Amino acid sequence: MVPHSAKNLNVPAPRHRPGEKPEFDDLDISNAGALPRPHVMSDPKELFPFANGIIRVLNMKGQAHGEWDPKLDPEVLRQGLRDMLTTRIYDDRMQNMQRVGKMSFYMKSRGEEAVAVAQAMALDKDDMLFPSYRQQGLLISRGRDLLDMMNHCLSNAGDNCKGRQLPIMYTWKEGNFFSISGNLGTQFCQAVGWAVASSYKGEDAIASTWIGEGTTATADFHHGMTFAAVYDAPVLLNVVNNQWAISSFQGFAGGEKATFASRGIGYGMPGLRVDGNDFLAVYAVTKWAAERARNGGGPTLIELFTYRADAHSTSDDPTKYRPEDEARVWPLGDPVERLKGHLIEIGEWSEERHTQAMAEITSLVTQKYKQAEALGTLNTGERPPVSSMFEDVFEEMPDNLRRQRQQLGV
Amino acid sequence: MAKMNMVQAINSAQDVMLEKDNSVVIFGEDVGYFGGVFNCTEGLQKKHGLQRVFDTPIAEGGIIAMAIGMGVNEMRPVAEIQFSDYIYPAFDQILSEASRLRYRSGGEYWAPITVRTPCGGGIRGGQTHSQSPEGIFTHVSGIKTIMPSNPYDAKGLLISAIEDNDPVVFFEPKRLYNGPFYGDPKDPPQAWEKHELGEVPEGHYTIPIGKANTVRKGTQMTIVTYGTMVHVSTAAADLSGYDVEVIDLRTLIPMDLEHIVESVTRTGRCLVVHEATKTGGFGAEILSQIQEECFWALEAPIERVAGWDLPYPHAFEWEYFPGKARVLDAIKHVMEG
Repeated sequence: MVPHSAKNLNVPAPRHRPGEKPEFDDLDISNAGALPRPHVMSDPKELFPFANGIIRVLNMKGQAHGEWDPKLDPEVLRQGLRDMLTTRIYDDRMQNMQRVGKMSFYMKSRGEEAVAVAQAMALDKDDMLFPSYRQQGLLISRGRDLLDMMNHCLSNAGDNCKGRQLPIMYTWKEGNFFSISGNLGTQFCQAVGWAVASSYKGEDAIASTWIGEGTTATADFHHGMTFAAVYDAPVLLNVVNNQWAISSFQGFAGGEKATFASRGIGYGMPGLRVDGNDFLAVYAVTKWAAERARNGGGPTLIELFTYRADAHSTSDDPTKYRPEDEARVWPLGDPVERLKGHLIEIGEWSEERHTQAMAEITSLVTQKYKQAEALGTLNTGERPPVSSMFEDVFEEMPDNLRRQRQQLGV
Repeated sequence: MAKMNMVQAINSAQDVMLEKDNSVVIFGEDVGYFGGVFNCTEGLQKKHGLQRVFDTPIAEGGIIAMAIGMGVNEMRPVAEIQFSDYIYPAFDQILSEASRLRYRSGGEYWAPITVRTPCGGGIRGGQTHSQSPEGIFTHVSGIKTIMPSNPYDAKGLLISAIEDNDPVVFFEPKRLYNGPFYGDPKDPPQAWEKHELGEVPEGHYTIPIGKANTVRKGTQMTIVTYGTMVHVSTAAADLSGYDVEVIDLRTLIPMDLEHIVESVTRTGRCLVVHEATKTGGFGAEILSQIQEECFWALEAPIERVAGWDLPYPHAFEWEYFPGKARVLDAIKHVMEG
């Protein structure tokens, strides 16, 4: 036995637990338009205020303010809204299908749709995406057929991953979307390597990668930061701070000590903290960092300050670790509602059009799902051929795998 | 042809590939200006430029992650891990990423990376500079594992590894860098220039991955081994008075089972020798597969000589190292019961 008379031992605790009333009144949130837009080639030392404030364009009334306003064409904004809605409706459908046993697992991105969709729109099609597991909006924005995404999640004969990966661990080479790993953080420094190769070849394409705030605790995060800084890699290093890593709040990644964006300061790279539920701000900050990278300015760390509005995955119940209504009172609102509000505010959208768009998307998702299910699910219909499970371990199948395949009789 | 030791042969393989293919780059800790702690990249930065042969941060996980990302972006990176004892921080990147990428992406992505790393003992390196971790890698589906035993093989295999589209972990037994080692530290050091396998072509040539090599013909028993123990086993065979065949595996994965089975079926006896610790080592896999394929041809149980199941003990290096005497005893035991 040792004495237990803890003096200075800090074990972080979140603001609220189930049964408590969530309040965020003391959260230090900059006003929309308050922060200026610095020159893209600014010295990182001049950018400290952007790591500690929050870059915002849209206020909570749907009005755009300040230098960061990307002044996008309303058609672009409507496309962004449509893609976010598609992501949300797709997510809901897939989660429901998991609940009725059509697939093994699912992860929604509710509340974080602006992160993936606005960033995809701000990047070029040739730019390489190294996502984590909650950026399905990247695929939707880049125009991947929902049927292909569903076929993957159902592990049916149409799954381009050939039934080898958990649902949502997408791969899409044609869309420059890397293969998602279930091991967190591993893609962070790989994106840096991809970007270094782009520099080596003298190409304009940059890389962009996403990591959760919880995963900033891994060595992989620091590897990515160090290598990106050392080689001036043209890469966007995005930390999606959605406040929760399953049941561990961001304090367990050190988020109470300093902002995640401020991690960039020690590496000599810009760290920009942005309202992740503000489509316009996310778009603008991504454009800024992409332009900097393309001009030889190297990497930028972007903290997307947002909130995971649903469970981590279909395997956890968030009411066990946080108040049920925390998402509802999140002071930065919901990204879909905010962009919708902005479009209505500027007279480019209406409740009627929104209702109609939702109906159209819901119908599309339903139709695509029927096609996917007709092909097969994890338990019914057509799977990839069993013999294919022995393929792609190596470029050419070695003898031991050939023998094992024969042993299985396929 | 030129006289080369193993360091020069490995250097030459990289030089040839840098010359031949712009997508080849070489990086690792101290490999650039300094030329590597074992000189395996000496002069390459000066010859091929700062952007093709360069130093990295001291972060093995980052080194391999960067290599994977570059490999996905059409390059053929060769990453050096300074000692295989330092490879563990990179293990997740090798196991969960490099080796799984082609499979998990349904063949859409792969990373043709080569990871070079010095391994093995006999250099007074203590437990952090002497390990033989190859068995940890042979257990992983999706990576090729190579360990050459001489300069000629080292160059040909390294070129094959760099040109291969799968990830390869290339173990270099550092006790063999400057000359063959026959297992007795009291022997005067040997140089590769007096050895026929120290004759190495200066240009491009390959040795196929996955092909074993019989280095000593024999009829009474077969020793299956690789790396430094090829030479120790051959020396023990010479002293044994028996007609012992010695097979140098060269590539562990994919393993050339056919070659082994042909020999053991003919000789009826087998000994497996490696420097790595015994329990769960790659020798157990070799033995098991021979048993499955050759049981009815066997005249005696298959035995193993391996490192003791210990961390590598600095002051007891030669009690730990499976030297000539232990191999000789095992040969006799297999032959005489």
